[in-house]
Amino acid sequence: MHPILKLVAERLGIGLLLLLAASALIFGLTEVLPGDAAQAVLGQGATEENLANLRAEMGLDRPAFTRYFEWLGGIFTGDMGIALTNKLPIGEQIARRMSATLFLAFWAAIISVPLAILLGLIAVRYQNRWPDKLISGITLASISLPEFMIAYILVFFFAVKLFWAPSFASVSPGMPLLDQLHAISLPVAVLTLVVLAHMMRMTRAAILNVMQSAYIETAELKGLNTFAVIRKHAFPNAIAPIVNVVMINLAYLVVGVVVVEVVFAYPGMGQYLVDAVVKRDVPVVLACGVIFAAVYIILNIVADVVSILANPRLRHPK
Amino acid sequence: MTTPLLQVRGLKIGATVYPPGEKPHDIEIVHGVDFDVEAGKVLGLIGESGAGKSTIGLAAMAYGRGGVELTGGTVMVNGRDVLQSSVRDVRRLRGAEVTYVSQSAAASFNPAKRIMEQVIEAAVLQGKFSKSDAEQRARDLFAKLGLPDPDNIGSRYPHQVSGGQLQRCMTALALCPEPDLVVFDEPTTALDVTTQIDVLKAIKDAIRDTGVAALYITHDLAVVAQVSDHIMVLRQGEMVEYGTTDEIINAPKEEYTQALVSVRSIKHVEKEPVEPILSVQGITARYAGTNFDVLHDVTVDISAGQTLAVVGESGSGKSTLARVITGLLPPREGTITFGDRTLSPDQPSRSREDLRELQMIYQMADTAMNPRQTVGTIIGRPLEFYFGLKGAEKQKRIQELLDEIELGSGFQDRYPAELSGGQKQRVCIARALAAKPKLIICDEVTSALDPLVADGILKLLLQLQKIEDVAYLFITHDLATVRAIADSIAVMYQGRVQRYGTKSEVLTPPFDDYTDLLLSSVPEMKLGWLEDVIAHRKMESAGN
Repeated sequence: MHPILKLVAERLGIGLLLLLAASALIFGLTEVLPGDAAQAVLGQGATEENLANLRAEMGLDRPAFTRYFEWLGGIFTGDMGIALTNKLPIGEQIARRMSATLFLAFWAAIISVPLAILLGLIAVRYQNRWPDKLISGITLASISLPEFMIAYILVFFFAVKLFWAPSFASVSPGMPLLDQLHAISLPVAVLTLVVLAHMMRMTRAAILNVMQSAYIETAELKGLNTFAVIRKHAFPNAIAPIVNVVMINLAYLVVGVVVVEVVFAYPGMGQYLVDAVVKRDVPVVLACGVIFAAVYIILNIVADVVSILANPRLRHPK
Repeated sequence: MTTPLLQVRGLKIGATVYPPGEKPHDIEIVHGVDFDVEAGKVLGLIGESGAGKSTIGLAAMAYGRGGVELTGGTVMVNGRDVLQSSVRDVRRLRGAEVTYVSQSAAASFNPAKRIMEQVIEAAVLQGKFSKSDAEQRARDLFAKLGLPDPDNIGSRYPHQVSGGQLQRCMTALALCPEPDLVVFDEPTTALDVTTQIDVLKAIKDAIRDTGVAALYITHDLAVVAQVSDHIMVLRQGEMVEYGTTDEIINAPKEEYTQALVSVRSIKHVEKEPVEPILSVQGITARYAGTNFDVLHDVTVDISAGQTLAVVGESGSGKSTLARVITGLLPPREGTITFGDRTLSPDQPSRSREDLRELQMIYQMADTAMNPRQTVGTIIGRPLEFYFGLKGAEKQKRIQELLDEIELGSGFQDRYPAELSGGQKQRVCIARALAAKPKLIICDEVTSALDPLVADGILKLLLQLQKIEDVAYLFITHDLATVRAIADSIAVMYQGRVQRYGTKSEVLTPPFDDYTDLLLSSVPEMKLGWLEDVIAHRKMESAGN
């Protein structure tokens, strides 16, 4: 078997094991949380008897071990279970919510990844001169502010003062694409500002590291201009670290949107999870947790595989 | 008379230095150098490290490496002063009129791109050739430079060819745009001695056939004597002597040049073998995770108080042998006897006494010392560790050791960064001696040093051997070093001991084919040596 296929298969296997471990961990954590769905439904004034009845009805009285494996089996057959509070199938809900979140994450990624890499390249080209310092300053300032703070600042200027964009990102299925994009413009801007700095700094650092190599001198002595040297000779050798940090940030765009979704009342996974936690709807929390874990793990596997593919020594063995 | 291709007048080069504990300040590293290179001629620039020869070579391309700045003088290429040219004009010069071959092709090729793409890049970028013409020219050059499979080697990645082949590819890269001048910066220094000779011949033929002019930079006078028409000797940024190759080699005027020509002044008379201090018996070893042996049935003895030189090319297993002896790589078979006891195969289970009596000195003195410790701390550590010395007693012993390595008392409080290469290696020697060892393994201890400095280190080692009665296992690829210090020699080839005996036995004909190749490949300071040797070889070198 080609060594690369073997490495990829290995990574996939490890990823699956990790996911299994993550599911057990998430399940265990929800078990030790105080209170359960029955308590949440009936409120603080419920009698022990009523609680016990409702628990039996919801199946919460059986041992945790049994429930875990039932639940795990369900996930593997595509059945995420039924929400305890509103009795709707979780799978359908999540499909809708997830597509909304992915829509938001997709547009944030489309803007932020190329922008971050371009800014990183510019920062290297003008290293320690004013463009570099300006880029570093702005991106660091934006990562240092809390997300909700950036969100409210943007809302204040662009929604309240200038009326350029709506402060609530309400998107419905039948809307034309342009209207949808207009609706999500502020949350996308917030997400972009949040992830930009990390990716841009890593691009800058990775390329600067490569710029010390002797082959960069060779390229300069061939008469290439500085930007061509960076683009043709430095960047291809800096792909592995850049891809890793890009993937971590993409994962953050999917998993870390909770705050942004809540601020803009966007009907995505983040809102869904927050609602479920408030209502102690354990099956929904579990399902969201596993999906978030899967997103992280899959994106990291992609990062690993791309790093492997970017290495000519592995791609073309002797 | 026509104007020369390259005319350098009063070239001054400066740099900003950042010494530890001092303010950064500017220094001048080249103090006004004049020389010419005529079209189609080869000028050799020779000198020790720090002489400014690479810096001068790169100045012909208006390039300052690191923080180096070209501060004064003129560098005329084809009648234009490149120091006064605009950035765009300089870019049109680089890779078109003047090209560069670096010391380490392995580092100078971009690992992420195929060889062909890199070889033709400058020629296409500068509009000298179309892509297909440039590729055809590259294939012709690959063939001319003696590369195997010249039609397809360009589609490989740099890691897929050997070091010697890559150095030829780098030469092809430099010649591809049909430049007027090529700067060769130590192009064969990083290669094995038997590979060096082939690459040297390929470069020499390519220069002759293409009629290109060249600046050939090296620290090895014997090498430069084979390829250049004229030689300029440099020292500390100034010209010492200039003349035809014949004049410099056969009738040097300046004292410094004479010292370079007659380097290796050590005469060491071999001693009769005595009772061995270390016996290596039938060692076979392989690295973890591999399925082939790198050492096969190696058996050698080291006489107490004498020197065994282990000589061979890279990959011959000589450093692996050191790893086995020190216990870093436990062998699969075989035993090591040290004095009257058998050494445990792995280092962690050896006694402190075993560790003390077997010390090591490394090639890179730089990386073998903690940069944040003073010389006194570095030498004092084994004194504490093995002998429990403290306070005044320890200071006294440190002082004695510093005297032995011919460094004064002022060195005790210095940091490694404040020492020269030779001084660093002396400190490493003192650290090894501090343990009062019976055997020191010296792994290529002089190969990173300039010839005159290396000479000093070898003299010191021989002198210390007399005083301390310590044995050396001297690993080297440099046969001149072997001749200078060895009592007995083991020639290694592909993990086996090819030839073993006292120095006179090993160096006296009849030779086996490999030993003959190795001995004949050492450059000699003689005009026409290269052609003679190539004509009389019995086997091909492994690097091809």
